[in-house]
Amino acid sequence: MWKWLHPYAKAERAYQLCNTLLPYFAVVAVLGILVGWVWGLAFAPADYQQKDSYRIIFIHVPSAIWSMGAYSSMAIAALVALVWQIRNAQLAVIAIAPVGAAMTVIALLTGAAWGKPMWGAWWVWDARLTSELILLFLYLGVMSLYHAFEDKRAGGKAASILALVGVVNLPIIHFSVEWWNTLHQGATITKFDTSAIDPSMFWPLMINILGFAGFLGAVTLIRLKTEILKSEQHRPWVKALAGGK
Amino acid sequence: MIAQNHSYWHVWASVYKKDVRLAFRQRSDIINPLLFFLIVITLFPLGIGPEPNLLARMAPGIIWVAALLATMLGLDKLFRDDYLDGTLEQLMLSPFPLSLSVSAKVAAHWTVTGLPMVILAPLFALLMNLQSQALSAMMLTLLIGTPLLSLIGAIGAGLTVGLQKGGVLLSLLVLPLYIPVLIFATSAIDTASMSLAYGGQLAILGAFLAVAIVLAPIAVSSALKVSIN
Amino acid sequence: MLHVDAVTCIKQERCLFEDLSFNLKSGEIMQLEGPNGAGKTSLLRILAGFAEPMQGQVKFNQQCIGRNYDEYAENVLFIGHKTGVNTQLNALENCQFWLNTHGLESGLDLYEVLADLGLVGLEDVPVRQLSAGQQRRVALARLWLNRAPLWLLDEPFTAVDKKGVQLLQQRFAEHLATGGAILLTSHQDLTTHFDKLIKLQLEYRI
Repeated sequence: MWKWLHPYAKAERAYQLCNTLLPYFAVVAVLGILVGWVWGLAFAPADYQQKDSYRIIFIHVPSAIWSMGAYSSMAIAALVALVWQIRNAQLAVIAIAPVGAAMTVIALLTGAAWGKPMWGAWWVWDARLTSELILLFLYLGVMSLYHAFEDKRAGGKAASILALVGVVNLPIIHFSVEWWNTLHQGATITKFDTSAIDPSMFWPLMINILGFAGFLGAVTLIRLKTEILKSEQHRPWVKALAGGK
Repeated sequence: MIAQNHSYWHVWASVYKKDVRLAFRQRSDIINPLLFFLIVITLFPLGIGPEPNLLARMAPGIIWVAALLATMLGLDKLFRDDYLDGTLEQLMLSPFPLSLSVSAKVAAHWTVTGLPMVILAPLFALLMNLQSQALSAMMLTLLIGTPLLSLIGAIGAGLTVGLQKGGVLLSLLVLPLYIPVLIFATSAIDTASMSLAYGGQLAILGAFLAVAIVLAPIAVSSALKVSIN
Repeated sequence: MLHVDAVTCIKQERCLFEDLSFNLKSGEIMQLEGPNGAGKTSLLRILAGFAEPMQGQVKFNQQCIGRNYDEYAENVLFIGHKTGVNTQLNALENCQFWLNTHGLESGLDLYEVLADLGLVGLEDVPVRQLSAGQQRRVALARLWLNRAPLWLLDEPFTAVDKKGVQLLQQRFAEHLATGGAILLTSHQDLTTHFDKLIKLQLEYRI
């Protein structure tokens, strides 16, 4: 009866690959974030200008970097999904999107929290913050488009197309927002204009960036595993996994 | 080869003519977005006060935001009717690429929504107390920018055409992509109202348009293929 | 002409058909039968290239239809539930639009074709004012206008009266005689006798 379910190999192999990779990412995530935060928040010296409030960069910078990193990896997955018609790549797009959106939200919240002592306002139309906000809109678009489709295969394809359209637009949006910002010079202070960062701050930051990468990878893999199981729920190998019935 | 080119043009023209003709039969499709545009612009002085300098300062942004929203009105219908009555399936099963018909439909959409806005622009400029030296900049940005809005919007329309409640989702997908157009268009008008050269902004908008003319129909037709599925 | 190789279709977690294989040669007419929900329309949509099968392939003249779709499209006429007739336009405009977008010149007089279909005097009435059967006939006029060898027809007889059904079957016979092939779904049996009629039964599966 389940003959049509026969060629399970690909999805199952992808699932196993997720299982093999997951521990490495998890270890990098836990170690990186633990070491990075303790070092950065407790031991790194305070900034001579911004005092202790600068320490939020140990969360803000990694999440901002990986909010964009997640979008590019999502777009690469989308390209693979559309060009080679690989279903697992579609699932990867769906798996990455909410994680990337979460990274973007973290970057926005920490940015606002940093902005309060620095600029005296929670929100300033700074080029980076604005780009980040638009990035969040793009993520939300991909996610809600996927969820609007009843047929999840079609939804995955549509979301992939949108992710690709977004990645073509993203540099343009980024560039235009930067340009718009320099045009309307207000009281903004660009955060990264500070001269070369001191090694005592640089290394914990790097470790944090690495840790966040591990975190992004690990959560994405867990979500991908779930998505694969969901889309293959009737296949024998999933049933065997779930209890051999 | 010549015959081939000729028939490509033939197909394009017949799709374009059909959509424009339908719009003229249902005149509300043309008039409603324009009325909407006009009403939104009327609301701003009522909301922020009629002080002429303030209005002139805000005119480029207000006119362009109103143009974005007015374009959105017709987008939902761009492929909807053809999807529902099966015309899209027939267009897909024609020996010509779907992107050809798509570009004709987008051109028709621009003709009935974008072009009237360009033509009526002086009126809106008058209402918003825009400086006279900025008027030509405003018309030029609308002339280059509104086709861009139609092209980018068509991608969203293609992705959502098969959905029951595509309308709201469509705006969520498309409006963020409109940001660069908004930024450069308003800045060109701003620059012009200071009597400075605004050719750079126009050139960038033109470059966007060139890229969109090439890429958008391809994206739209692959989106439509997913929706027809 | 058409070669269907081990095609499987799954919709909403339900397997409609699996490993379905058949051939359709020129001069043959195939009638798909089966209860509602058996997957007749889904199969036609796969054959038309709108949907992709879960597994298996569809070949036209030894070539996968996805490989050169535009060329395949030239050889196929598809009339589905959604007929592709715009109800705001009149019958004449609809036919002309269809001809134009398919790169065809009407060798025939359009008025004559529409007259044969019983649409005399209704050529310039917007299609929405016609009856359901007449609307269907406007779509079916394509059977006289096209040059495609393969016809995929989904319930072509819906809302068409007895005389119309007779007319359509006459047209089928002409098409088969000139080397065409037809695949249609229909709940009613064909009243004309066709030598090369193949029936394919799809079953409703749970």
